[in-house]
Amino acid sequence: MSLAVDRVPHLAVVGNPNTGKSTLFSALTGIFTRTGNFPGVTVEMKLGRLKTSTREAVLVDLPGTYSLAARSADERVTVDVLLGLRPEIGSLAGALCIVDGTNIERNLYLFSQVRDLGLPVLLIVNMIDRAEKAGIAITEPELSQRLGVPVVFCNAHDQSSVALVQKSIFEFIEQNPPAAHGTDLAAQQASNSDFPPAFETAVNELQGLLSAHGRKMPRPLVSRLLIDIDGQIEQAEVQPWPELSSHLKRLREQVSAAGYRISGIEPRVRYAAIRKAIAGLEIRPVRQAGQFSEKLDGWLTHSVFGLLIFIFMMFVVFQLLYRGAEPVMVLMETAFGSLQDLVGGMMPRGPLRSLVTQGIIAGVGGVLVFLPQIVLLFLFLAILEDCGYMARAAFLMDRLMTKVGLSGKSFVPLMSSFACAIPGVMATRVIENRKDRMVTILVAPLMSCSARLPVYSLLIGAFIPGVSFLGGWVDLRSLVLLAFLSLGAIVAIPVAWILKKTIFPGETPPFVMELPPYKWPSIKTVFQRVYDRAAAFVVRAGTLILLTSIVIWGLGYFPGDHSRENAILAEMEETRQIFEDPLQRRENLQQQLAGSDDAPPPSPVESASLENELNSLNQQLKEFDALMEKLEGELIATQGQLQENSFLGMAGHWIEPIVRPLGWDWRIGVGVLASFPAREVIIATLGVIYNLGEGMEAESPQLRDALINSRNPDGSPVFTIPVALSIMVFFALCAQCMATLVVVSQESGSWKWAVFTFVYMTALAYVGALITFQVASLWW
Amino acid sequence: MTATLESLQTGQHARVQDVQGDDSLALRIMEMGLLPGAEIEFIGRAPLGDPLEIRVAGYHLSLRKAEAHRVVIEMI
Repeated sequence: MSLAVDRVPHLAVVGNPNTGKSTLFSALTGIFTRTGNFPGVTVEMKLGRLKTSTREAVLVDLPGTYSLAARSADERVTVDVLLGLRPEIGSLAGALCIVDGTNIERNLYLFSQVRDLGLPVLLIVNMIDRAEKAGIAITEPELSQRLGVPVVFCNAHDQSSVALVQKSIFEFIEQNPPAAHGTDLAAQQASNSDFPPAFETAVNELQGLLSAHGRKMPRPLVSRLLIDIDGQIEQAEVQPWPELSSHLKRLREQVSAAGYRISGIEPRVRYAAIRKAIAGLEIRPVRQAGQFSEKLDGWLTHSVFGLLIFIFMMFVVFQLLYRGAEPVMVLMETAFGSLQDLVGGMMPRGPLRSLVTQGIIAGVGGVLVFLPQIVLLFLFLAILEDCGYMARAAFLMDRLMTKVGLSGKSFVPLMSSFACAIPGVMATRVIENRKDRMVTILVAPLMSCSARLPVYSLLIGAFIPGVSFLGGWVDLRSLVLLAFLSLGAIVAIPVAWILKKTIFPGETPPFVMELPPYKWPSIKTVFQRVYDRAAAFVVRAGTLILLTSIVIWGLGYFPGDHSRENAILAEMEETRQIFEDPLQRRENLQQQLAGSDDAPPPSPVESASLENELNSLNQQLKEFDALMEKLEGELIATQGQLQENSFLGMAGHWIEPIVRPLGWDWRIGVGVLASFPAREVIIATLGVIYNLGEGMEAESPQLRDALINSRNPDGSPVFTIPVALSIMVFFALCAQCMATLVVVSQESGSWKWAVFTFVYMTALAYVGALITFQVASLWW
Repeated sequence: MTATLESLQTGQHARVQDVQGDDSLALRIMEMGLLPGAEIEFIGRAPLGDPLEIRVAGYHLSLRKAEAHRVVIEMI
């Protein structure tokens, strides 16, 4: 998809975090934006259209940043887009730099970097109402004259103010036709005389060296290469040309020798220039002791109450995800079940019907069932983020997370993964550091999500004795459940540590982070964020999840001959039709006898007459019941046979030697293979394998008994306590959740990471289950 | 011995004298406004002892002890 073909002028939107940039972006462009993805990096940029009846422009929303010094490939994208070096965006007509009027000095640092790229810049001073209250007294033309670029004041929450900004943007575009600022940024000479001559000389020499080596680089990029010690540009350029390292070292020493330490040169020069430009604009700090925000912060970061409030908030989020989403999810499952029946009823039996109902409808349901959790989590996170609390959450939890080499920003995504890894992995976007973000993504699926619960409750209910200790206060089953719920998180600690040491080595990234003042969240920004995340999941991850569901359906359906199954199903249906009236009557009678909320149970006299009628009906339907029971038995046996002979079943037999040391037989193997789309599928699969039909749930006593009573050919039980433990350990650690793997591949920017996640988790799960079974077998 | 930002107590004011080191971390610290000459106020520590919160250039900044250790200060 080339975004550059249309001739509508493109403008980048840049600014520090917490400047109201996204609020202004959505106010200008509306809710519906496109997302531009960049191959090889995890950055995505939103593109929105700015439109009047006669004019149009495209705004490219760049990630919020404090500086253009790129430390990672993700940060590099921002610089490249601004320089017009990304073909996905093409050359820009200019940049809109949004600054927070209450914190203008630090905000102008990024502005000064952007301006030096040679791009026309429109400076948008946001939160001007608050800045004016804080004592800033300057007009737009005055500030514009001091900084040498057009300036517009703005309150992103105010409609009329946004309209003025829009007008200024179009004026800005007219004043800067694309040809005027020249597309050849490479030819540009030293434009910023603020830097000392020794530095400019070094940049010139470096540019000469690069171009002699056949590397034409825009001058702003060359100075960034010189300034950013061990930054992304240096890493990328040194790789094909290792000698560059020694040139850089020499040139940096040359600048240092002239009295300018290289790391300090840019901030010193820029801040000096900024202070000069805004001299006399003394603004009282907006955040002062005694103010509401300060008092609130005193409580929220308090050494005792801060932690307690944080734990309470996380508890609420977690309960919302875990319990709040459940009714909606159950409703959706029921709705999709009815849809399967409805559509299935309109189609002749056969592979097509099975594909539509079991493959497609079940697959779409399997995607949408995650939506309630995603929407809820991002609703909560967007509110916390927008009001300024998320920075405090990272502040509070940082110490804890540094123990495994991560930062405080990884805490909330990992905690959310206890409900579901999908929104958890999606929430890692707040982590700017690529390595931290990758490690967080890779360990998030280890957290014990709600889909593991049915597996645990089935096996614990069946095999762990219901004894209690300490006078009934502690129950063994709950203890075992708790152990399995924490297993993943405990394993995640060494995994994160090892990943940090091996695949993502390097120094601990700095944790220099702004703690913004508290404010009321903007409903529009919150809604926009929730919509973005939900849409991204459904559209991008959803299609892939659906495709995989269909493939798994095919593996479970073919190559068996389903004619016998279809014949039995048809016969059952016909038989039911013949006896439709008495069956209906019987159901009514049973309902009346049982009573309901609307109708209380009948009186004893009525009851007796109803019972009589029911008994005679049962007599009448005796033949029918017997026939149906026989057919059902045949059907389940046929389905079990079909499953055993399907590709999936063959694979189950094939892997039996591999899973034997875990104490499993081929049936458990099939169950594990079939549960690749989602862990909880194993319950239904075991139901089919143990000839109980597909409708089994974790709480079904029949399934529990079937597991307890199942026997190996030699008569020994298939399931023993070691086997049950081994299965649970496997499910605690394995990556049997296709949707998570799809989201991992999407969020990490490469399917290879999904494969990596699957392989490492499966290996952990296998080894864990092996050790568990072998050790547990010594006792039982 | 020179005092660093790490050693400040809640409510104390100080002026930055130097940011030690010549690397990307030093650049990052200075980019956020912790330049020689900048006035800072120590707001407090996170409940678990790290990171720290300071006020600089009219806003609040959080940084870890390891980073604060780089920032040489004089009391005012």
